[in-house]
This record gives sequence, structure tokens and C-alpha cells, in this order.
Amino acid sequence: MARLMTGNEAIARGAFEAGVKIGVGYPGTPSTEILENFARYPGVYAQWSPNEKVALEVGIGASLAGARTLVTMKHVGVNVAADSLLTLSYTGVNAGLVLVSADDPGLHSSQNEQDNRYYGKLAKIPVLEPSDSEEARKFVKLAYELSEEFDTPVILRTTTRIAHTHTLVIEEEPREVSLKPYVKNPQKYVMVPGNARLRHQVVEERRQKLLEYAEITPLNRIEEGTGDVGFITSGISYQYVKEAFPGSPVLKLGLTWPLPEKLILKFAEKVKTIIVVEELEPYIEEHVRALGLKVVGKEIIPRTGELNHYIVQKAVLKYLGEDIADFLENLDLPQRPPVMCPGCPHRPVFYILSELKLTVTGDIGCYTLGVMPPLGAIDTTVCMGAGIGMALGMEKANPDFSGKTVAVIGDSTFLHSGITPLIDMVYNGGKGTILILDNRTTAMTGHQPHPATGKTLMGEPAPQVDFEALARALGVKRVTTVDPFDLQQLRAVITEEVAAGEVSVVVVRRECALLPNQTREPLTVISEKCTGCQRCLKLGCPAIAIKDKKASIDPLLCNGCGVCAQVCKFSAIIKGGDSLG
Amino acid sequence: MDKNILLAGVGGQGTILASKIIAGVAEKAGLDVKVAEVHGMAQRGGAVVTYLRFGKKVNSPLIAHREADFLLAFEKLEALRWLSYLKPEGLALVNDMEIYPLPVLTGKASYPDFRERAQGVNFNLIPAREIAKSRNNPRGINMVLLGFLAKRLTFPKEAWLQEIQKRSGKFSEANIACFQAGFTYGA
Repeated sequence: MARLMTGNEAIARGAFEAGVKIGVGYPGTPSTEILENFARYPGVYAQWSPNEKVALEVGIGASLAGARTLVTMKHVGVNVAADSLLTLSYTGVNAGLVLVSADDPGLHSSQNEQDNRYYGKLAKIPVLEPSDSEEARKFVKLAYELSEEFDTPVILRTTTRIAHTHTLVIEEEPREVSLKPYVKNPQKYVMVPGNARLRHQVVEERRQKLLEYAEITPLNRIEEGTGDVGFITSGISYQYVKEAFPGSPVLKLGLTWPLPEKLILKFAEKVKTIIVVEELEPYIEEHVRALGLKVVGKEIIPRTGELNHYIVQKAVLKYLGEDIADFLENLDLPQRPPVMCPGCPHRPVFYILSELKLTVTGDIGCYTLGVMPPLGAIDTTVCMGAGIGMALGMEKANPDFSGKTVAVIGDSTFLHSGITPLIDMVYNGGKGTILILDNRTTAMTGHQPHPATGKTLMGEPAPQVDFEALARALGVKRVTTVDPFDLQQLRAVITEEVAAGEVSVVVVRRECALLPNQTREPLTVISEKCTGCQRCLKLGCPAIAIKDKKASIDPLLCNGCGVCAQVCKFSAIIKGGDSLG
Repeated sequence: MDKNILLAGVGGQGTILASKIIAGVAEKAGLDVKVAEVHGMAQRGGAVVTYLRFGKKVNSPLIAHREADFLLAFEKLEALRWLSYLKPEGLALVNDMEIYPLPVLTGKASYPDFRERAQGVNFNLIPAREIAKSRNNPRGINMVLLGFLAKRLTFPKEAWLQEIQKRSGKFSEANIACFQAGFTYGA
């Protein structure tokens, strides 16, 4: 029976049906729900690792030990795992290993929109691109067959529109796959130069075999049609082409590395004009052009952002000399950017950092929202862990920065890639201040546990990393813990540590406002005392607005953190109960 | 029955549950269904939109300008943001509620006048918050709006009730009360 599933749910289902026993990854939108769903199936083991490189390495170990393994991450996570991935291509696998790269065209929740199909080309490993949830389920199963047949890891590349769209899926019975025996084989698994040279030959032979496979696999198919304009497309772009030009000839590519050269040439003979429709980079287009074919692609299809069928239709019709109405209009409406939640423990930190006019090297997580006005307290955000290293670099370039710079990083992110740059700062004589914004969870992606939360993905209790003890063990002498809802103490600690002249770690600890049991009594404005100075608005709390020139707190939104009461100079904000009594 | 429905609102308002219920009803009717949601950073109080399409065969999960039969809007500013996606004969069902975004809260922008900006569009302004409150379920705004929509689709009412029950857990009764109120008011 068909059932609605997101692409992510379907990938988890496909892995379960393929007999996958081990799932490992690091949460990142739009990939997160794959492992969360996979973990619920019977007889499997799933875990979050501190980062994507570690996750892939756990996956490699599981594959060598004989279990089919699923490794999941978002596109930028593959950058973190790339060191292991490119050599994994040489060693190959034992039991099947599939790496899901969830790309984010349109930057719905990411810092860039890189096209990870190039990792397939770079690492010389197959790339599969499903076009809906049912294909995602089927492709995962096929990917395990391919992985074992060709002794290679396989990349399943999805995009946000596949990952987070519900479409109908037909479930099948899971297959029981027994563990493959482990065979010690240093020539295959120890990549010293002498062995790696030989393995590179094997990778090339594998590439040839995969090229032959690409020509015959049902993953790639020609859909006959009418007209002399033909489309080559993959992934979600296939759906946009089908919507915009139903009945046109289409070469649908499910396997996008290696590409089927003969099939492409055969398709080219059927049509006069070839248009390649793909999101982001001209990845297929370049391959097709390299075959000596005349092809239309990125000169008409946007190279940035997400596509939709209207964009495709408009671009193609314009190229063919027809034009359709342009619906892009300037609406001139106020934007509604994401904001930190009412009661968010990050808000007071950025309020103080902004007040102290410090340079803040930031990181990726909810706290990146500290860049938004009115807080406007973040100077840089590059990738996970970058803020600490950048603070050290700034100080080395200009010692003045050490007295007015802080690096902020979340708890999960610190474990992901903040520890090594902190070691760097200590080792190389830095004087920086690092604020670990510890809200006891991976909040941005939906509250996944991590090594400091005391719980695993499977719901088991776990030892908790002690950030304060860890920082001391790394050589940090100044380690402080502070509650962000105590503004006075927070201000005092940050001021002191920034001026200290040596490395400081400040653990700013308060649970995420969205975790259960965080709802507190709402606050109220005593109208007679409010002067309308709007100082409380500088917090950027969605629960506070100005009505009739006075501050007003929406009791439905307010989470009772009490920070606004500390900011108000006129004692006009009090706990709700007092004003009602 | 081929329909394109846009659900627009503010993160945390319950648009995703509403879309799942509509999708479930369409699926039970044997139709092909696609629902594209927004996750991640956009959920933190930002603007959210869900694209929902059903029919004999659905390709693109997205709805383009002038293609939506219905706009189910949970907030007036968010309704305005997506009005141009309605077909000329399409209908906007709009919760008569204002949630100020940050630029309005901080005085950098003013909240637009809905009626002025929605001229020439078919819309119903629905006091969903008041209706939900009157049913002792202030969080049931999404169910009230769903009731208004259900009245305008041809699926059997029983299918809606079953789907709401299935997806509401311990809030089943409260949610069904709000749905019924919307269904009746929406007549």
C-alpha cells in the first residue's frame, strides 16, 4: 500500500529494507530526519557522531566489519568528511556503504549552496539522484547492490525539495542480510603510498566498469516524446521539466557519476535541441558538452538558487522565442526573518556583547541569529568551529583584537569542531575568550542529543562531556560558568575575561527555551511606570512590542526568562502574578 | 480533483499539521499527493510556507505564481506575501490575526493594511482565534481554518474527522470541535 513519506523517511525505509544494520551521521538540515527515522526500525543501531568526518569513519569501520551501513550529512558536512571520503574511494568497502549528501539549493538553512555531485567526480564514486520519495527508497536499495558489486562507497545526493517533500511510497519487506566476514587485507585497507598507487589503478578499472554499467542501468532512461526539443535532467529538476513541458522527450539521469555517454549521444540523435535543466552548477551540461554536443544550459537556466517549473518554463520559452507573463513583483512588505525564541538563553549574551561593542567571531547554530538587528552582535560566520580559529588569527594579525574579541560557539558545535581550534589557541599563545553557549542540545536542527547531553540517539543514557574539565585539560587556566539570565554577572564575567590577557573559556549554560518544562510565568509591563524609552526592544524579543507608545508583552508568547525586567531602568516590567494580584 | 493549496504562516502556528491532515484526506481518496514543507532555520519564528498539491498525477511539488486554488493563511501579512500565487478565481482563507515581525516590532517598518493590499482578490477574513477560543482550544486556529477549507473541497466530512483524530493524539476532541466550528461558520 502506498503511504506518504518525505524523501528522508523514504531513505530510512530503503536502508531498512536493504538490510542496513548501522546508521551514523551528524544532524544538519535537510538531512537530519533520515537517521531519526532509521533509528526507529527494529534490529538496527544508529548514532550521532560529534562530526561528519568521525561519522564516516565509524561507517567505514562498520562496513569493513561486514554490516551494510548508512552515513548521513548535509552538503557542507561532506566537506568535513572529505578527507576520509577521498581515500575510502581507494580502499573500497566490504559490506555496502552509502553516504547521503543532502544539498540545499536555495539556502533554506545553510551557509552556502555547493553542488556535491562534484564530490562523486572528484572521489570517483557513483552518485545517485532520486526525483521523489519512492525513487529515494528504491535508489538506496540499488545503491547497496552497486556498492558491493563495484566495491565502492556510493553517494546518494538529495536536495531540500526531495528531503522535505511528502510523496507516495510503496513499502516492501525488509531483506535480511547477514554480516559479511571480515578479511584482513592491508594492501586494500592500508593506504601507504605503495599500496595506494596500486589501488588508484583499481579505482580506474572500477571507473571503466561503472561507465559500462551507466549505459545499461534503469536508473538512466529515455522518455520518448513529441517535439524536437529534448531535456536532460536529474533529481527534482526532472519534476519541473515534466510539469513545464509534459510530453517532451526527456533523458532522465538517476546515476549522475559516471554519466552514460552512449545513451546521451543516442538521445541527442532524437532531438534537434538539447536543453540541460539542473539546479546549481552546470555539472551534467559540462559532461554533455565534452562529448562534442551542442547544448543549452546555464546561459538560460539560473546557476544560483532553487528552480521551480515556472522558472524552467519561462527560461526555455524565452530561448525558443516565446515569452510568458513575468510574475516577479516587488511586494514591498515587511520581511519576517527568523528570530531567537522568546526565553532563548542566547539573547542576553548577544545583548551584552553588543552593549560592550566587542568583535564577535560566530558559528553555525541558532545563535547565528545574533547577527540580526536589533542585536547585530556577530561579525563573522564561516562554518562550524571557524570562529575560534578566526579569533586567534585576528589577534595574531593585530594584538589589539585580543582585548575586544570573543568567539561564540554552541555546545554541539564545540564538540563538532571547536576543540581543535581551542587547542590551537592555547598551544600558540593566544589570549582569546571563547563563550560556549551551552543550551544542552542541538537546538537548530530539532533537539538532537550530543555527547554532552547524557543521552544517545537510541535513547540510552550516556556519559556527559564536562566542558569545564575538558577546557582545563586542554590547558585553559581561566574557566568560568555563568547563567545567561543573570545579566549583571554575565556582563561582569565577559568584561573580566576579555581583559584577562590569556585564554578564557566561559561556559554560558541554560537549557534551550523549546525543551520541555522551560515555560515560565510571563512578565507584564506596568503601564504607569513605562516611559516608552524602548530599551527593552533592543533585546529583539518577539514577545515585546510598542503599543500606544508603551511597551507591551504578549502573555501567549512570553516565556518568562525575565531578561527584559533586568534591562528596564524604570522597574516597569514585573512577573505577571505580581501585577495581577 | 486537481487542487493546489498554499499554507502560509509564521513558524510555530501549526501549518505543518494542517497540511498533513489535508494530504492524508487526499491520499485516502486515492489521489497522488505532494507536500513540500520548510524546516530548519526558517522555523524560528520566521515566515513559513507549505506547498500542497493533489490530483491524478502530480509532478512538481512546488506551486508557481497564479497556480494556487486556495491560500490558507494563518496570519494577514503572510497572506499578503503569497497572494500573487492565487489563480485569478482562487480563494484566500485568511486568519484575521496580526503577528508583528521584527522590523515592525522595532519600528523599522509598518504593518500593512490587509484590505487595501488585497483589493481584487477573493478572500474571506476569518476570526479563527476567537472561534478557537470559544471552543476552549486557543491553539486550534489551524483546525478552524481547516474547517473552512474542508467546506470548499468535495472530500467526505468523515474522512476529515478520521484524519484529524489520527494525527491529534490527546487533542483529538478539542481539535475536532474547532474543525466543526470552522466547517459550520464556513458555510
